[in-house]
Amino acid sequence: MIISQLSVFVQNESGRLVNVTGILEKAGINITALSLAETGEYGVLRMIVSDIEAAAAALRDANYIVKLTEVNCIVTPDVPGALNSCLEKLAEAGINLAYMYGYSSDQQARLVLKTSAAERTEEVLADCTTG
Amino acid sequence: MIWNETKECMSRDEMTHLQNERLKTMLARVYQNVPFYRRKMQEIGIEPGDVKGISDLPHLPFTTKQDLRDNYPFGLFAVPKSQVVRVHASTGTTGKPTVVGYTPKDIQIFAEVVARALYSAGATNEDIIQVAYGYGLFTGGLGLHYGAERIGAAVVPISGGNTEKQVQLLEDFGSTVLACTPSYAAYIAETLEKNKIDPASLPLRTGIFGAEPWTEEMRLRIEKGLAISAFDIYGLSEIIGPGVSASCSAQDGLHIAEDHFIPEIIDSDTLQPLPAGSTGELVFTAVTKEAMPLLRYRTRDLSKLNPEICSCGRTSIRMARVFGRSDDMLIIRGVNVFPSQIEAVLMDIPEAKPHYMLIIDRQGTLDTLEIQLELEERFFSDELAEMEQIQRKIQHKIENVLGLSVILKLVEHNTLKRSEGKAERVIDRRRS
Repeated sequence: MIISQLSVFVQNESGRLVNVTGILEKAGINITALSLAETGEYGVLRMIVSDIEAAAAALRDANYIVKLTEVNCIVTPDVPGALNSCLEKLAEAGINLAYMYGYSSDQQARLVLKTSAAERTEEVLADCTTG
Repeated sequence: MIWNETKECMSRDEMTHLQNERLKTMLARVYQNVPFYRRKMQEIGIEPGDVKGISDLPHLPFTTKQDLRDNYPFGLFAVPKSQVVRVHASTGTTGKPTVVGYTPKDIQIFAEVVARALYSAGATNEDIIQVAYGYGLFTGGLGLHYGAERIGAAVVPISGGNTEKQVQLLEDFGSTVLACTPSYAAYIAETLEKNKIDPASLPLRTGIFGAEPWTEEMRLRIEKGLAISAFDIYGLSEIIGPGVSASCSAQDGLHIAEDHFIPEIIDSDTLQPLPAGSTGELVFTAVTKEAMPLLRYRTRDLSKLNPEICSCGRTSIRMARVFGRSDDMLIIRGVNVFPSQIEAVLMDIPEAKPHYMLIIDRQGTLDTLEIQLELEERFFSDELAEMEQIQRKIQHKIENVLGLSVILKLVEHNTLKRSEGKAERVIDRRRS
């Protein structure tokens, strides 16, 4: 399915990340999944959260710059080759994958994918999703 | 509209005649009343009577900021203290502040030249002028205040700072003119955006900004951010304060109130006068000031003069917007860099917010220039490749202009200090 992801610009310095998670805690926001992409100087924190509008507002209030993006979330069986077959399908369809992150538990893997075409990705991956 | 057509639209001959007379009177006065000037003139063997007019200016001694410090606080006053009704002083980041005094007539001249500047920006007695320059020893607040009263406008003397209140009064009072530093105007614009107030919905229509070097790019950015026309006002406390010169509707230089302040452009090294159109150091002689009339005061401000008659109808000579003080020039790996050059590039980049900080350091024997910037939220991307592309684009633009490699650092919002007065944007760690 297509879901909304929250991205936050954070400086790559000690204490910056905990500041963000602290704001989310105060706002009563739960983080379901997250990934941090970083350069030497800054990072982009991407999260799937329980209430994206409230999270974005709380962070903006604290002067953070944020962005809401549509991403694909797929659920695959937690078996060898499951991810590979998904990626093959994307490649065949000519869809570019910008980044992905995920986790697996209870025999299922949940993946968040940012591609060049969210709608198209949904169609292409329709039959590898079990969730 | 022109406040004082007689003085602002004089023929060149009439102006020269007036300046000649006023210079001669001033010289006689300082020779008699200021030991510093009497000594300086005696040293070079000139008496007031030797001077026929402004063509003799190049033979007269200069005055520098150091001279003001050496005569701290009141040593250059040309009147008894009983005639002084006000003092102002520079912020003086290094050493002692420089102190200036005013007689009642000086205060009137001050109000007069600011009134000219306000009219030049299109302000009238119909306007509500929010003065967000600091009130106090700094000349900005009181200078604009008296000028605004002189034209009969309603003054909101809010002074600098308290930005939420500034915004509230722009809304509630419907101020039509804002007077402050350009960096503070940029901050107020940002605050409007943050509070989701459409600047076009406000009655505010004009801004009069000065007291720090800025660029045309910054001016356009502020015009957009506040939905106004922005004008430039120049001055320095040593000469009188703001109102020494101001831009007009032609937006092509600042008209100097040259019946009061005679300008010259000199070469800072040879100290020789430069012909009209050459860039050099601005020098002013304040011929009508009573309390502290300075002779050939070296401003350290870099500009050039344009004697052509302006399309606005004023005949007074125009100076180009000051792009920097000679003291502001940074030498980085042997390359001369003015912060304003960097600002001009940054203000043209929509991805960057109009705040920046320059940090110069030395690694081993190599100077480094780091530019810290905040990104506009709408350009923020969750994809690092796009972020790096933006960063590279900005970096290349700056490096092309400076001919110097720089480190560009994107920082979190609000980490760069917002200016409520004169912005401080350079940290040179090589000196410490």
